Amino acid sequence: MNVRMLAVLCILPFAAVAQGFSGLGTTADGFTAPAPNPVFDFPRDHGPHPDYRIEWWYITANLTDADGTDYGLQWTLFRSALEPNETAGWDSPQVWFAHAAITTPGLHLSTERFARGGIGQAGVTAAPFHAWIDEWALLGPDFDTLSLNAQGPDFGYSMALKANGPLVFHGEDGFSVKSAEGQASYYYSQPFYQIEGTITLPSGPIAVRGDAWLDREWSSQPLSDNQSGWDWFSISFQDENKLMGFRLRQTDGSFYTSATWIAADGTTTPYPDGAFTATPLNSHRVAGRDVPVGWHVSLPDRDVDVTVTAMNPDAWMDLSVPYWEGPVTVKDKSSGTPVGRGYLEMTGYE
Amino acid sequence: MIHTCLIALLSHWLHKPLQLVAFIAGLAMATGLWSGVQAINTEARASYDAAANTLGEGQYDQLRPRTGTIVPLADYVALRRAGWQVSPVSEARVGDVRLVGIDPLTAPEGLGSTTSLDVQTAPETGPRIFANAETARQLSETLDVQIDNAIAPGLAIGDISEVQKFLGRDHLTRLIILPEQPLNQPDLSSIAPNLQRVASSQTADIAQLTDSFHLNLTAFGLLSFVVGLFIVNSTIGLAFEQRRGMIRTMRALGVPLRNLIILIAAEMLLLAMIGALLGIALGYVIAALLLPDVAATLRGLYGAQITGALQFRAEWWLSGLALALIGTGIAFASRAVQIARMPVLASARPRAWAMVNATRLRLQLFVALALLVIAGILALTVDGLLGGFVLLGFMLLGAALLFPVLADRVMTLIEARNRTPIWAWFWADTRQQLPGLSLALMALLLAVSANIGVATMVSSFRLTFVGFLDQRLAPELYVQAESPAQSLMLENFLQKRGLETLPLLAGEAQIAGQNVRLLGIRVAPTYRDNWRFLDAAPDVWDKIAAQQGVILNEQFARRADLWVGSVVEIAPGTALPVLGVVGDYGNPNAQANLSEDLIKRLFPGTYAQRYGIRTDDPAALQQDITETLRIPASAMIDQEQLKTASLDTFERTFLVTAALNVLTLGVAAFAILMSLLTLADIRLPQLAPVWALGFTRRQLGRLELLRAVALAGLVFCFAVPLGLALAWVLLAIVNVAAFGWRLPMFLFPYEYAALGLYALVAAAIAAAWPVSRLMRTPPSALLQVFSHER
Repeated sequence: MNVRMLAVLCILPFAAVAQGFSGLGTTADGFTAPAPNPVFDFPRDHGPHPDYRIEWWYITANLTDADGTDYGLQWTLFRSALEPNETAGWDSPQVWFAHAAITTPGLHLSTERFARGGIGQAGVTAAPFHAWIDEWALLGPDFDTLSLNAQGPDFGYSMALKANGPLVFHGEDGFSVKSAEGQASYYYSQPFYQIEGTITLPSGPIAVRGDAWLDREWSSQPLSDNQSGWDWFSISFQDENKLMGFRLRQTDGSFYTSATWIAADGTTTPYPDGAFTATPLNSHRVAGRDVPVGWHVSLPDRDVDVTVTAMNPDAWMDLSVPYWEGPVTVKDKSSGTPVGRGYLEMTGYE
Repeated sequence: MIHTCLIALLSHWLHKPLQLVAFIAGLAMATGLWSGVQAINTEARASYDAAANTLGEGQYDQLRPRTGTIVPLADYVALRRAGWQVSPVSEARVGDVRLVGIDPLTAPEGLGSTTSLDVQTAPETGPRIFANAETARQLSETLDVQIDNAIAPGLAIGDISEVQKFLGRDHLTRLIILPEQPLNQPDLSSIAPNLQRVASSQTADIAQLTDSFHLNLTAFGLLSFVVGLFIVNSTIGLAFEQRRGMIRTMRALGVPLRNLIILIAAEMLLLAMIGALLGIALGYVIAALLLPDVAATLRGLYGAQITGALQFRAEWWLSGLALALIGTGIAFASRAVQIARMPVLASARPRAWAMVNATRLRLQLFVALALLVIAGILALTVDGLLGGFVLLGFMLLGAALLFPVLADRVMTLIEARNRTPIWAWFWADTRQQLPGLSLALMALLLAVSANIGVATMVSSFRLTFVGFLDQRLAPELYVQAESPAQSLMLENFLQKRGLETLPLLAGEAQIAGQNVRLLGIRVAPTYRDNWRFLDAAPDVWDKIAAQQGVILNEQFARRADLWVGSVVEIAPGTALPVLGVVGDYGNPNAQANLSEDLIKRLFPGTYAQRYGIRTDDPAALQQDITETLRIPASAMIDQEQLKTASLDTFERTFLVTAALNVLTLGVAAFAILMSLLTLADIRLPQLAPVWALGFTRRQLGRLELLRAVALAGLVFCFAVPLGLALAWVLLAIVNVAAFGWRLPMFLFPYEYAALGLYALVAAAIAAAWPVSRLMRTPPSALLQVFSHER
């Protein structure tokens, strides 16, 4: 654990008794807890919810350049609250941090930023939409038309996003249950972005285009005490259908799974615990840990029976809160023919 | 056999316990003063390092305001949102404590104390401001802090939100530039034109500033050590001479030379270890006693914070141990050679060592003169601190070596003029004793001349400084303004009352590679009447008022070699001639004075943060200002208070020097006592015949006392010119390098006379014990002399 991590944990009170991944499994005194049957109010709900403890604006993108080389891109802004309110000035209990990464077949570059709320260094406004930390920003006149940028010491990107489908809601109309005990979050996505722009690598700038997936999630206690991490999959099939599925690992060795099937027109079908399965096939040693980078993923109800393989198994986010996140290729399990691509996030592999 | 030989060798110390005491005490004192000084230096350096580490000063470049002391919060946010990876620091003084707020979220790794950010020690509730126990006590009435002893002394560090809340402000003091910056970022000038980048090396100058002070201490420690080694050397010499007979007997009995030398070496090592360990303990006590004063001095003179609590660190006690062993080793090596060369059946004449003296004196004279010639050449050519100390070393060593030679000549001259038998014998006998006493006398010479030199320097400094304060602190009241609005209000208020008002506007500049404080002043009669220039152009004040030049302080002029006629660039595109150089004693910083209007023009937004006011009734004015303008009394200080505070700082600066001086003198007196005591034993064969001729023991005792006083007088006569030469080197070379100012040298004959009296009294006291022993020597012992070796 590095010093910066200590600094973050010092400010985030749940750290002292960290349980689960980054303490997401502790109780939420004073914070509002997500409740079933949510009624979302847009664009307001694209903005922050300070009375919930944790919230994120999460973009992943699968990109291709003119030569056909594949790339992955990530941009995430996190909000983490010490207290369920917001005040102006240094005393703000809202802490912001952000991660950015670019993955190529042979390279994974990542960086992070930190900021306190209350002074204008970071924040989100709903309309016009503007999420920022330092010079990184995701902004646009509305949620369907956005520009995105981030940079670090050795890479950067500047992209334009255009949605060509509706928002989709996970779980029961956006109320996404995370455990048998009832832990839950509000969770919706915009998986229909077309994205294009320029990524800058140490070797120089490259023009790329592809598709991007935005996740919005907020909660006050998204994990149960006995959950240690998750494996999250977002898959875009070549037939235009999409699948979001995750597996929460529990300390007794069992799993809690959830999935959403997203048809090409944006209609969704939620699947409860057990319908979706993900099983590690092979693991890779990265940053001193064994991380599963080959998976067997199935959703029998939709005849999904595929292997999911990391494009670059070294896509380790070596940041204050370390985890694995990178683009994946999806193949039919029996024939081995490519059927799609997507993103994989694995947390809690300490 | 080895056991028996060792017992035989050690038995010498049983017979001569005083020599044993002299050996061990001499070494202990030498080691004690040396390691005490080193302990202080080590502690101070550890404090500087802790401060530098905690604050990241010296590690990271920073952004600081071009003018004023404020970095607006908006500038910080604008820089971050433009891609500048900077981290905010908010800093203020709370009493003597430096309160620093940092943002752990954006601060570079390692900034701040790691423990204060540790999960275990940072509870969820309670203040997030940390300080060590000593600082926490100082703050106990104003600020609630948690104790973290890893934090540098005089520093309280906390989360910026807590610090800003306590200070009740929004703005920042400076920004730390993180080492890793993103690919693209706009120029600083397009975002925050009022900020300037300060390279890391320029911010960490506390260690450099204080280097000279520590070198001063080290030099004193070394001087004491040398004096102590004189004692050790003379004791070892004496012990060897007295054991010649024993060594000869052991060799004759068949003890191999090699074994004998190894055994003696082991014996020396054992004694040296005992002496050194006692010395280290003594050093700890000395350092613990002096450290608070040193801390106060460094704070007053350089603004450097060091801890008042002493730690037992390997750096200093190991260096003390090593020096003690090396010193003993050197003293022993020459004796070992003598033993090796000594024929087995050589006569064990106890005074043989004194007889070879004539040839040795000639050699000594030659070496002494060579050293003094080198010192003379150095005095004309050298500058800089190290050069100054090398010069001092050559001069003191040369003079010390010269002393026995000169004393011998003086004795011969006096002897030739005294025809009465008793006085002829007295002077001849004194001369005969010189070799045995010479090391002790040299030690006294060094101590007394160091005293004269340092006293001259300190007193000259005091005279100059007091005069300087009287001139410089002419305004009767000083008022601090917090904001431009308050400054303006104050100015109007004072103008209405028709008082002579001297505003001071501060800015910063880089001139000739140095950070220079710019002071904007309003030319007024007070300046014209009171400032005394070391060097000035004609009509200097008129030209300053016309914005045609600047006045530099002496330390800056010397460091950068800029004098009247030189041209300095005080801001981009603004180069002005130097019109004057002015003494500025007690200020470690480079400073340039210029017209108030010029500084306002160069640095728009600058305002007078301080006012000096001429008034007949400062108390009434102070009250009036508080009542009318609501400026608190704490923002004002009157001339009397300021003078007292300045003088207080000055006195404390030299308290340590004075203490070391006294200790060195004490060591020298001890050296004389020990030499006389040991000599008293071996002088019985000289005294017995005089007694037999009819002199009473009482008469002999008086003569012995007179001899000690006469020798001390001789030392003093020699020490006065040496001390004055030392003072000259200190004032003309060492001070210029250490502080940046050259002081006029004044002479203080009464002080010297008093010191001479002390030296005579010290010698008399040192002689009193051996003399009383002589007077109580039983006649039988005196008679035995004739039946023994003669």
